[in-house]
Formats: sequence, C-alpha cells, structure tokens
Amino acid sequence: MTETWIILGATSGMARAFARDRAARGASLILCGRDMDDMQASAADALARGAAATEVMAIDIRKPETFTPILDRAASLAGLINVAVFVGSMPAQSDVDDNPGLIAGTVTDNLAGPATFLHRIAPMLEARGGGFVVGVSSVSGDRGRLSNYVYGAAKSGFSTYLSGYRNRMARSGVHVMTVKPGPVDTAMTYGMGKLPFMTTPEAVAADIARGLQKRRRILYTAPIWRLIMTVIRLIPEPIFMKTRF
Amino acid sequence: MTPRRKPADLSGWGRALRASMDVSRPDRLADITCAPLTGPAIGARRSYGDAALRGQGMATDMTRLDRISGFDPRTGLAEVEAGARLGDLLAAFSRHGWMPKVLPGTGHATLGGAIALDVHGKNHHRDGSFGQHLAGLTLLLASGEQRQITPADDLFAATLGGLGQTGIVLRARLQLAKCPGNAARVTENRADGLDEHLSLLDDPKADYCVGWLDATASGADLGRGIVEVAKLVASEVRARPAGRKVPFDAPAFALSPPVVRLFNRAYFGRVPAEGRSIIRPVSDFFFPLDRIGDWNRLYGRRGFHQFQCVIPDRNIAALREMLARIAASGLASPLAVLKRMGAGRAGLISFPAEGYTLAVDFPNSRAAAALIATLHDLTRAAEGRIYFAKDSLCPPELVPAMYPELPRWQALVAEADPERTLLTDLVRRLKLREAP
Ligand SMILES: Cc1cc2nc3c(=O)[nH]c(=O)nc-3n(C[C@H](O)[C@H](O)[C@H](O)COP(=O)(O)OP(=O)(O)OC[C@H]3O[C@@H](n4cnc5c(N)ncnc54)[C@H](O)[C@@H]3O)c2cc1C
Repeated sequence: MTETWIILGATSGMARAFARDRAARGASLILCGRDMDDMQASAADALARGAAATEVMAIDIRKPETFTPILDRAASLAGLINVAVFVGSMPAQSDVDDNPGLIAGTVTDNLAGPATFLHRIAPMLEARGGGFVVGVSSVSGDRGRLSNYVYGAAKSGFSTYLSGYRNRMARSGVHVMTVKPGPVDTAMTYGMGKLPFMTTPEAVAADIARGLQKRRRILYTAPIWRLIMTVIRLIPEPIFMKTRF
Repeated sequence: MTPRRKPADLSGWGRALRASMDVSRPDRLADITCAPLTGPAIGARRSYGDAALRGQGMATDMTRLDRISGFDPRTGLAEVEAGARLGDLLAAFSRHGWMPKVLPGTGHATLGGAIALDVHGKNHHRDGSFGQHLAGLTLLLASGEQRQITPADDLFAATLGGLGQTGIVLRARLQLAKCPGNAARVTENRADGLDEHLSLLDDPKADYCVGWLDATASGADLGRGIVEVAKLVASEVRARPAGRKVPFDAPAFALSPPVVRLFNRAYFGRVPAEGRSIIRPVSDFFFPLDRIGDWNRLYGRRGFHQFQCVIPDRNIAALREMLARIAASGLASPLAVLKRMGAGRAGLISFPAEGYTLAVDFPNSRAAAALIATLHDLTRAAEGRIYFAKDSLCPPELVPAMYPELPRWQALVAEADPERTLLTDLVRRLKLREAP
C-alpha cells in the first residue's frame, strides 16, 4: 500500500526536497502551504517523479480555521497517515530588536501553529495506530544565542513540545521524529554570508529518510551538529554570556 | 517578493577566469517574471571559461528552478524548468523508460545551460544536438515579456546555442527518447595511432562513440587512444555510490608531464590489445567525471583551460599538426577527447559542425596560453571553429569567420535585448554582439 504524507509548509526548500524524496518512493502527497501556484508546480513535479497521487491545500499556520479542511481530508483517507511539519519563520534578530511586535508571530509560526495542528490531528493518528510525524525544529532551539534567541526560543519550545508529543503518540504506535537542522542552503539563508557546516535541502531529505528508516527520535542534520550542540550546551552560562554568535 | 541578492566571486569550471557579481537565486518562477530583467541567467557554471560570468553586474542563478512541470509517459514529452540538472532528469525519467536524447559529459549541466550552448553528446554523429530534440520553450525577454517559442520561430535558432543573449529560458519542452534500462554495454578498443583512431570513431553503426586520446604520445604513437562504442541495454545494474571529492587544490606536480605520461600509459594499457566489452550504469557511462566531486581542483589554484575545436574532414591534416604540437609541448593533461561530429545543430551560432572534434585540458600557464593561441590559428586556417562553452582565450578577430551566421544572430539578439542587459563576460570578451 502507498504511504500518505501530509506536508505542512510545503513551499519551503527543505519540504520540496522531502516531497521529492517521498515521491520517488511512490508515496501519495498532500502539500499544504500558502502559495498555491508554487505548490501546484511541486505537485506536478512529484507526480512526474513517481508519486502515486498529489493534491494541494491552502493553510495559513496563523489561522487555525484553515486547518479544518485538511483535517477533514485526512479523516477521509484510508490507512495510515504520516505528517511532516516544515512551517516556520525566522526574522533577523536585529529586526526583532527594532520591533518586538514580531515576537508573537514568530512564536505562532514556529510553535503555537504547528503544535495546534499536531494536537488536533493527534486523535486521528492514535486511532489508526501507526505512522510517522516529522517535526522540523532547529539547532537554534538548543541554546539561546545572542544573534538569534527569539527564533531559538520558539524552536526550543517546539522541540520540547515534540518531546512530549513523542511520548504521547508512541503509546499508540505513532513514531515522532524531531529534526534539528543546522544552516541549510535555502532561500531563507541565501545571502546571509558564509554559515558554518551548511548543508543542502537534498542532504536533509536524505538524512530524514534514513532517520525514518531507523526510527530515530532526534535527528541532527548535518550530523556534525549533534556534537557541536552537545559542546555548546555544556558551556557554563558565565562563559556563554561572553559569546557573540 | 524579489529574492535576495548576494555578492559573489565566481569562476567558470576551469577556474582560470573569475568575476565579482551580484547573484540572486529564486525558488519560484514568479520571482523573476514580475519585472524587467537585470542580467543574464546562469546555470551550474559548468562552462569552462566566462560564458556564465558577468563581472560587475547582476545574474540570476537558475539552479533552484528545477521542477518537472509535466510529463506524458506515453509520448515522452516533458516540460521542465530550466534550472533542472540533466543528470537528475536522466534519473527521474529513466524510471519511466525515457531519457533526454542528448547528454553532455556532465550531468550537472542544467537544461538552460544545455540550451544556451546547444550541447552535443556521444551520439552527435547520429542524433544531432540538444536543441534538435526540443518541442519548444518559454522565453522571458529582457523587457519582462514572456514568449512561447517553437522551432519554427526565428528566436528559437537565436536562443539555441545563443549564450543566454535572447532572454532567460524559463521552461522547455523536451521530446525524450526511449531508454531500455539503466545500463550501457561499452566496447573499448585500442587505437594505436591517429589513422586507426579516426577510422574507429567513424563507425556509422555506433549509437554512442567517443575516443580518449593520449595527448602525450608522439611519433608513430601520435593520436593513439581508446575508442568506446556503446549501446544502451535492457539489463538493470546498480549505480555505484558517488565517488570522492577532491578536498583541496592539488599541488602543481600532480599534473606535471612525467606524471601525465605515466598515467596515460597505464590508462592505455588497461584495455587489452584485443579490446573488451563491459556493462556500466548509464550515468557512469554518460558522466564518468561526475564520480569525482570538484575534480577541477586537481589543477590547483591557477585553474586550467580547455581547448575544443571541430575540424572539417577535408582539412583533417590540421588535426595531426595540432596533436604533434600538443605532444611536443608536454603540457596536456590526461583529459583529452576525440569525437566524430555530424552536421546537426539547432542554432545559428551552435558549435556542432561536420568533422572531428578535439578537446584537451591544459593546466593554466603562460606556455599553455601560447600553445592554445597556435591551436586557434590552426583551427581558423583549417576552417574549423572553437567551442564557446570551453573557451577562455580565443582572440575576437577569429570568431566571425568561424561562425558565418553571426550577423543574423546579432540582428535577432539586438531585437530581443535592445538594452544589452544580458551581456556576459564571454560575449563582451569575444565582441559577439558588436559589428565587425
Ligand atoms: C566535465 C564536463 C563535460 C562536458 N561535456 C560536454 C559535452 O560532452 N558536450 C557539450 O556540448 N558540452 C560539454 N560540457 C560543457 C557544458 O555542457 C556546457 O558548458 C553547459 O552549458 C553547462 O551548463 P550549465 O548549466 O553549467 O551552464 P552555465 O555554464 O552556468 O551557463 C552557460 C550559458 O548558459 C546560459 N544559461 C544558463 N541557464 C540559462 C537559462 N535558463 N536561460 C538562458 N540562458 C541560460 C548562461 O547565460 C551562459 O551563457 C562539459 C562540461 C564539463 C564540466
């Protein structure tokens, strides 16, 4: 039987690569995002690359009422349902410093919105007793760094949410994987100067595929970030306060 | 939303020519169709010289516009965004039993780059150039206007091989060819000298045919090499995992004459005198060098030049003269290729022409530049032409005689891009858009 994936934030660079990876395996895809034209293009691409079926649905993560049609559609599908959440937004820290009004939206895009969706779909996944949830968080959530701590705080919240969600869903056989990418070469990071250990969307998609196969709980991509963040988490606060990155 | 720009110091694949430019890399076609153009498109920068450079200017990196917009598995007609890599398309379509009819020696080249150079493959003698297998394309003119172009339009012949000067290709419709499986049966035969080499290459029955040349051999061995003839077959072989990357710029001795001579002798001796036949994954057969990531770094920081020409049969003596000069110089690298070429081409200033084409890499040095200057003169005298995809040194005066349809191309380009927004460093250096 073909696997079905609901992909939220389907227009992001990483989601596109993930959708392609799933398409090549013959999955059915429901792409959800804001830019319908762009998603139509991705859906056509996925079909040509081997997807069993594709559809696109509008979602605005700041408007929970837009979740309902997607949840209804999911309910109408037979078999196991898999969900991958790529939504998020990252305003520059300096923009947030100038305008703290941006904080609420950042928390909604990265935490409240995705968590609300996952909470609402949880009973359906539990009832079906299996499937995967992939939640894309960030290494930025592992510690509050001077240059990016508002985004980091939102992602930290999402990582924590996923940790509890994993515990809950595992009781029904649903596997939840938290993905923590370091910098990825996408439109979001393009032109931000040289970032350390940058990886590509295709490499992230390949890492996610391997992680799903091995039923990993927390996946760092590029894998080197597991080591780096372990070290960064161990730095005592008085010393960490002197850092500027 | 207009996508962000990034200042970048870029080079062509040969790393000998560089440019500082401002590059944007849109994710969506809508990002570039909303306003007049500000500069040319660039693809994967697999052109060796400055075809994909625009010093002190702006360019649009197309590599993220790489989606298949439509595909009919019954007819093999596919519509694809111009930033898609040909190797990716081969992998995607071969699963459905189809493939691009023409593939250059690297799978990293994008569809847009293959169009802008009207590239040729190992089957050129039979199947012609890349553009001869297109049903049409969507062109974004410098003004921001979009045009659907078919082979019947004048702009088609100006766009194919047209070095990005007519506009940005957004999408193209490809007529794919049937592909029996993912393997190629490759027969390798030694050619002990130039005459034998040329006659082995001139095999009208071969689907794919290419010669590797020992450019260090001289005297009786001059022109010796190995000719590969291949046919696609139905068997399925597992693609080998990607090979290694060259992690740093190699020191100069890596390609010094004694090392190259030794390497070439061993490479030649690898194939038994009676020849041999092997089965290889198609991607290894079409893109042998792609297995080594960033192999251009083997030439060290100064980079390298590739010289590629095509010489008509009637003046084939010039080829012997070139090879003698190259061997005597001791400057060639192991990468030297000889191929039979047919007459097929889709554009006014496309490279392909009936004859034999020679391509040789040289580490960048003053001596290499002097040798290449001699090779340019010999090409011109033999009524041949050089390939813009590889060029970084040709004197502009030689070009009009090599490309007799240049004036017609210039007229069409002047109409399509009257403000000269799309100039590239190559077009400026070779004065391609200036009246002689
Ligand atoms: C190892 C290797 C082997 C090769 N073998 C062959 C071979 O066998 N046969 C052959 O013919 N060539 C061969 N080439 C050359 C290569 O195929 C061409 O240079 C090709 O153009 C590279 O494509 P690209 O995407 O890298 O284009 P780039 O080098 O980035 O750009 C080349 C030109 O295309 C234009 N362009 C790119 N995208 C667009 C677009 N969307 N719209 C309009 N213009 C555009 C640019 O303006 C530029 O003028 C080889 C190159 C390498 C490195």
